[in-house]
Amino acid sequence: MPITTATERDARVAPSSTAAALGLSEEQLQELGRELDAIGRRVADDLGQADVDYLRRVIRTQRGLEVASRGLLFLGWVPPVWALATVMLGTSKILDNMEIGHNVMHGQYDWTNDPALSSSNFDWDTACPADQWRHSHNFVHHTYTNIVGKDRDIGYGVLRMSPATPWSPAHLANPMIAALLALNFDLGVMLHDVEFERVMSGKRPWREAWVTLQAGLRKTGRLAAKDYVIWPLLTGPMFLSTLAANTVANLTRNVWAFTIIFCGHFPDGTHEFTIDECEDESRGHWYFRQLLGSANIEGGPLFHVMSGNLSHQIEHHLFPDLPARRYKEVVGEVRAVCERFGLPYNTGGLARQFGSVVRKIVRFSLPERGRAELTPPTANERAAERIAA
Amino acid sequence: MSTQGTPTRRRALRRAVQFVDAVATPHGIDRYIELALPTWSSTEVRARIVAVRRGSASSVTLSLRPNSNWTGFTAGQHTQLSVEIDGVRRTRCYSMANSAHRADGLVELTVKAHPMGRVSGYLVDHARPGMVVGLSPAQGVFTLPEVRPQRVLLVSGGSGITPVMSMLRTLCDEGHRGPVAFLHYAISAAEHPYREEVVRLVALHPNLRVHTVYTDAPGTGDLDGLFCEGHLAAADPDWVDAEAFVCGPAPLMDAVREVFGEAGRSAQYHDEAFTLALTPARSGGGAVTFASSAMTVADDGRTLLEQAESNGLSPTHGCRMGICHTCTRLLNSGAVRNVTTGDVVDATGTEIRICVSAPDGDVSIDL
Repeated sequence: MPITTATERDARVAPSSTAAALGLSEEQLQELGRELDAIGRRVADDLGQADVDYLRRVIRTQRGLEVASRGLLFLGWVPPVWALATVMLGTSKILDNMEIGHNVMHGQYDWTNDPALSSSNFDWDTACPADQWRHSHNFVHHTYTNIVGKDRDIGYGVLRMSPATPWSPAHLANPMIAALLALNFDLGVMLHDVEFERVMSGKRPWREAWVTLQAGLRKTGRLAAKDYVIWPLLTGPMFLSTLAANTVANLTRNVWAFTIIFCGHFPDGTHEFTIDECEDESRGHWYFRQLLGSANIEGGPLFHVMSGNLSHQIEHHLFPDLPARRYKEVVGEVRAVCERFGLPYNTGGLARQFGSVVRKIVRFSLPERGRAELTPPTANERAAERIAA
Repeated sequence: MSTQGTPTRRRALRRAVQFVDAVATPHGIDRYIELALPTWSSTEVRARIVAVRRGSASSVTLSLRPNSNWTGFTAGQHTQLSVEIDGVRRTRCYSMANSAHRADGLVELTVKAHPMGRVSGYLVDHARPGMVVGLSPAQGVFTLPEVRPQRVLLVSGGSGITPVMSMLRTLCDEGHRGPVAFLHYAISAAEHPYREEVVRLVALHPNLRVHTVYTDAPGTGDLDGLFCEGHLAAADPDWVDAEAFVCGPAPLMDAVREVFGEAGRSAQYHDEAFTLALTPARSGGGAVTFASSAMTVADDGRTLLEQAESNGLSPTHGCRMGICHTCTRLLNSGAVRNVTTGDVVDATGTEIRICVSAPDGDVSIDL
């Protein structure tokens, strides 16, 4: 009877303040966990050839686009050819980073036993080395999602995205920093793993950070050599045109990835949690936190592929190691579970979700005083006021 | 001259490879070429199936053309064949059956469908020319010695015929003069691959003597019943002077080993085990911790791989018999017992193969 014992023990534990505010008991959280477990289990049991075939199709498309675009750039002096090659290369990089890289490195295809699709072998075409990413993203971010003080993806350590972070005049630069981060997102993600703020506060030895930084810089150097030196040189007289195309492709990928990823956890209505309320949490509470801390973006099939299916961020956070192409088929069930438990399901079009992210970036750049006059409060703040009242 | 040229050429080649890798970083050039040429790889052995022969209802003989990373084999060795079944790459060991001197460079494998065998069953039903599979370099120490023994005794049972067949064909190709005795056990004539070929070889090579035993069909073979010393004497009256190469079910190998042992000729006995003979679980009941999965379960005495799978984990693995090291994991604490050898390992940080390791008391592994 170990399950009964666990339930009884957990039922005695007071649910987190967020769960209490939504009227959920620990027993209900446990039930929520069991229902979501069952959904994930069913999909996992159904994985097979179609999933591998799909991913290989995406890989063939990506590699094909990349090779073709590099070839077309030898004709880069014809403006429409240059434009086409640039779009193809940007698309290839987005596919490589999102639908392929992010998902393979999550271990979504480890069950295939194919070394080319293994999370421990795969590397992607962006500055952050694969092993560092697996630590900072798969472990830190996916385990401690939206826990202020633990999830380093909240504001990426450089932006103030929450009233929980005390305001300082430096935060006036929030919008400018966000714009710089968007343009240099590949470097931002790479430097993210160095954890400068933890080095400064003495929580991380600088030697360790230096090793991380060196690995990141080495990979950045290799990719920069490829895109900004070798391929431009190979195209000979087209040096500048190829350099420009590769730069635009990388910038496109950066801004797109920034947009999709910031829409994953920062749109208005996503919840943040305190370290205390997540201490010794149950699996049910972990699910609850993933549901409340993530937001979806609605769009067509091509949009979902180009976002690496991170447009289904909620489903991704519930089932991070299920192949991402499966998320759309569980959306209905997940929403039904949310409705039954009275939980919000944060979804909207790209314009709405990203608009609310931008509003947050601007709003939290300002000091508490005078902020209300300039920007309306977020849904979270309104909810907090209601609960307080 | 050549001693000067080779390093220069190698340096040039290395520079060329470095340049190509710089152009294709981070994936490497292989990942692009293989999309057009599925057997292409600069490091892995891959092979295309060029011919498929279904000798009986339950077996298939595959002829494979390996890529240039295949460096040949010694008669008696095996390869780890990987094939994708419903999206999952599965790996099993199969012995080469062809002569080591085969001129066309093809590799021949004979696969018998086992009742519970996912891979063997798949190959028997679905293998077709054109299919691409993965191979490992040839491996295994069950081989003919480089200096061929004067007197050779080959004993096989069931699908254990494949490495022995390779030895037989190799000796015949070499024009080996010494006596070669071949004693084979099959259920019936219908389940006896290479039957006609062996008859042909006997006609061509007067030094070759063959005895076949059909265990389920007495009176149809050369001898009847299970292996005994009498069979050995019938196969080769001077067997005490022969080097014996034995492959088949464990009881057959045990029986032959025992006869050689009693005659004080253990050093002349060589075998290859293809099924995992598990030593009985010693205890069970300890706590097994899969550290990376944050899971602790009660030890039920089986291997760590089986216990992990029973608890919903799906660790990477290959052969499930301790050969391929695909399932290697770090031992964090505690001790494990190797179920094939009975050896106990208790050094923290040791790499263990979870498919052949069972807990010995409380144990924690990096899984």
